[in-house]
Amino acid sequence: MKKQQPTKKIIFHSEKEMPLAPYSLGSMLHNRTGAWRNIRPEINLENCIQCGICWKFCPDVAIYIENEYPVVDYTYCKGCGLCAEECPVKCITMVEEEK
Amino acid sequence: MRKVLMGNHALSYGAMLSRVQVIAAYPITPQTQVVELLSEMCAEKILDAQFIKVESEHSAMAACLGASLAGARTFTATSAQGLALMHELLHWASGGRLPVVLGNINRAMAPGWSIWTDQNDSLSQRDTGWMQFYCGSNQEVLDSVIQAFKVAEKLHIPAMIILDAFSLSHTYEIVDVPDQEKVDKFLPPFQPKFRLTPDEPHAFGGLTSPEHYFELRYKLQKDMEKAPALIEETGQEFEELFGRKLGLVDPYKCDDAEIILVTSGTTGYTARVAVDHFREKGLKVGNLRIRVLRPFPFEKVQSILSHAKKVAVIDRNISYGHHGIFYQEVKSALYGNSSVPVFGYITGLGGRDITLNTFQKIIEETQRNETPPERISWIGVKK
Repeated sequence: MKKQQPTKKIIFHSEKEMPLAPYSLGSMLHNRTGAWRNIRPEINLENCIQCGICWKFCPDVAIYIENEYPVVDYTYCKGCGLCAEECPVKCITMVEEEK
Repeated sequence: MRKVLMGNHALSYGAMLSRVQVIAAYPITPQTQVVELLSEMCAEKILDAQFIKVESEHSAMAACLGASLAGARTFTATSAQGLALMHELLHWASGGRLPVVLGNINRAMAPGWSIWTDQNDSLSQRDTGWMQFYCGSNQEVLDSVIQAFKVAEKLHIPAMIILDAFSLSHTYEIVDVPDQEKVDKFLPPFQPKFRLTPDEPHAFGGLTSPEHYFELRYKLQKDMEKAPALIEETGQEFEELFGRKLGLVDPYKCDDAEIILVTSGTTGYTARVAVDHFREKGLKVGNLRIRVLRPFPFEKVQSILSHAKKVAVIDRNISYGHHGIFYQEVKSALYGNSSVPVFGYITGLGGRDITLNTFQKIIEETQRNETPPERISWIGVKK
């Protein structure tokens, strides 16, 4: 629920240390997908009912909860708009990014 | 208990005795009875498993991957177009190191629309990182499922049990269905080396940079290289308990054979009739049935075939623009190890019967030529 804290990049120096499968390699924390975004979600907290649906649906775990309200982490948010689509009170608006 | 079972039901019984926990499948001829019987077993609580109905084979394999990743013993079955639709997720299973066992009934790929047997469906998946077992009898089908789970789970590599459409899938044979207690002794519950659980969250299948991808593939190949010995060892352990032997290959009268017919699937048993027929006429013929194509049994193939004067590989498949796929495999295994001439024959595509007469033509052509002809020999094509 909390904002992801930056951690040191995981680098294995031998195949022997590695898991069998791509399993918690920690790579997505260092893949700043926010740069892909064309439209950004903006949350009007005045109308937010704190249901947590945006947090639950975000496919990139780019919404975290702070002081019981959702906050978008723009470092990772790709601007897919799923949160705005799913918000039951429509308090999330997708706004065009300025060039 | 001895039962009269069709090949498809031998697969179902194999899965039942392996105590699979999750089955996700989509019906397709000639596979349907496999999952039909399993769904009945689940409904009647003979089998304590989750049966997941899905809208496609792609989804079936996706459901299997999720279940396997959660630590469940997982099974599915399909055929031809269905297997092709799973293709993307077959890579996910092996790359994700999830030991799913899949029954594939060899059915010719469309078009022309066909429900009859040939091997191009499973051979198109040769390089997906799955182990492939080609079965010759219904007993072997049942036994292979149980053994495949044991090998797959030890190595974390998925396995495909393959049987010919109709000539095995719908053919009834006497099958010894072993006691559950005995199977439990042979095959303990799945103990995954890693899994997803809510208690210990992990990310699975995430972005893998050039820093790490190469090593993951190296590890898969290194474990695949352990498979031949493990398959043989597991086969011996199975034989001690159940009295039936299965290994990487199944040689028949190869020791003194001058011509060895290399086959796979049920074609092997027809080949044996041909072997006996020609031996009665004084010609020393033998048959090597390749049971496991991946991992390829290099040592067995080299040691058995290099004694022969000639080798004839019978392919119920073709790699267009090259040759039969088993032919390529056998030649590459022998290269640098033996100078025995290897003849390749394509026959039986799309379920055309392979009979004693087919083998007669193959043996005569192999006898007639000193060296293999450059062109492909098609046996039985209407020219």
